[in-house]
Amino acid sequence: MSTDHVLPVRPDYNADPTPDPVVVARVKALESLLLEKGVLASETVDRVADLYEKEVGPRNGARAVARAWTDPDFKQRLLADPVAACAELGIGGMQGEDMVVVENTDEVHNVIVCTLCSCYPWPVLGLPPNWYKYPAYRSRIVKDPRALLRGEFELDVPDEKTIKVWDSSAEVRYWVLPQQPPGTEGLSEEELVELITRDSMIGTGLPRTPDSPAGAR
Amino acid sequence: MDGVHDIGGTDGLGPVGYRPEEPLFDNPWERTVFAMSFPAMASGLNLDAFRHGIEKMHPVDYLSSPYYEHWLFTMEKGLVETGLLTEEELRARTQQFLDDPSAPLPQRSDPAAAEAIVGFLRSGAPARREIDAKPAFAPGDRVLVRNLHPKGHTRLAGYLRGKRGVIDAVHGAFVFPDTHAHGLGEQPQHVYTVRFDSVEVWGPGADPRTVNHFDMWESYLVALDGDTDDRAALDR
Repeated sequence: MSTDHVLPVRPDYNADPTPDPVVVARVKALESLLLEKGVLASETVDRVADLYEKEVGPRNGARAVARAWTDPDFKQRLLADPVAACAELGIGGMQGEDMVVVENTDEVHNVIVCTLCSCYPWPVLGLPPNWYKYPAYRSRIVKDPRALLRGEFELDVPDEKTIKVWDSSAEVRYWVLPQQPPGTEGLSEEELVELITRDSMIGTGLPRTPDSPAGAR
Repeated sequence: MDGVHDIGGTDGLGPVGYRPEEPLFDNPWERTVFAMSFPAMASGLNLDAFRHGIEKMHPVDYLSSPYYEHWLFTMEKGLVETGLLTEEELRARTQQFLDDPSAPLPQRSDPAAAEAIVGFLRSGAPARREIDAKPAFAPGDRVLVRNLHPKGHTRLAGYLRGKRGVIDAVHGAFVFPDTHAHGLGEQPQHVYTVRFDSVEVWGPGADPRTVNHFDMWESYLVALDGDTDDRAALDR
């Protein structure tokens, strides 16, 4: 018997983005005290948020992947020493001080998670999406990744393909080098960047193809 | 600590709530909390203590609050513990902003300080350390995860305690969160990626073609050799 119709989805973090007035007041209280005590500058919030809103995001990772697809020597460097290879592209920083890139192949599909908190390779993927940080994904992807990817990410990893789950529990940050979609061999690096989604580097999706519908994951 | 945050393998938490498109911050207060965390940590609240503060939320609050409320909670508690703030001033100031939500914030212009934080984010803060000790394990070694239940912070997840795995990679030494979170020093140890067969972790019903990988500090592990009884190894 299904209980879907009688039980609420709980917690439904995405249901109502209206802020709790108490939380808003607590944030202003902390912000005002940090300003008064000389810990925070008035410009810091906008400068820091701007960095991740405008500059550091999954396009960085997409640039590295596109380079790896078009330059076999770079791919070798990316897999051997991702921090140094990303630095060649001007990519690096907080939460990417130590990284490991895991390569998808015909035999292996990789997916990343942080079950204990929300560790994520910020310099290449930006800040994590909400679902990555909330309990449901963290609890389920380590236990039955194939079913979760099929059921909620529209990603069918065939039964015969091994799924490797990487739980980022220390200070090493993992991300996925997806396979280049068939039929895109003639595309330029710039064209390939447009196909490489955030989810394809988490392992909850695959790169788009040139004929994927707009907005495909 | 055996807290609600240690959630790998928990059933019943519902759908993942995937949104194809979402803003980086759902509300301006989240943006503020994110950005404030870096100067707050620079004032003396280290990252491991910051994470441990989140673990100390009541499980009901942890599971039902927006993500950045976790960060707010740990900053409030942690900055009281470091002595920067008092509970009384936080409470009084929060009440002021509840009574008058449009009250202005103090102005403290310091563009160079803001740039310094951005520079810190661009360069990072490595937790890797050089130590004299050689790694105790090498790729391919069989290991058993110790059955540890410390009361404080740990990065040893419950779903892997007592499980047998194989060393997959040796990463060098890193600050040990279990001490660093509690003001007991960095005490760096070697860190290893350990791989686990899914059936070892999740039992006979598990998908046999999945492999769990988890990064472990050396003191979470004991060596297993062909002759060692698992139970005896756990008791070492």
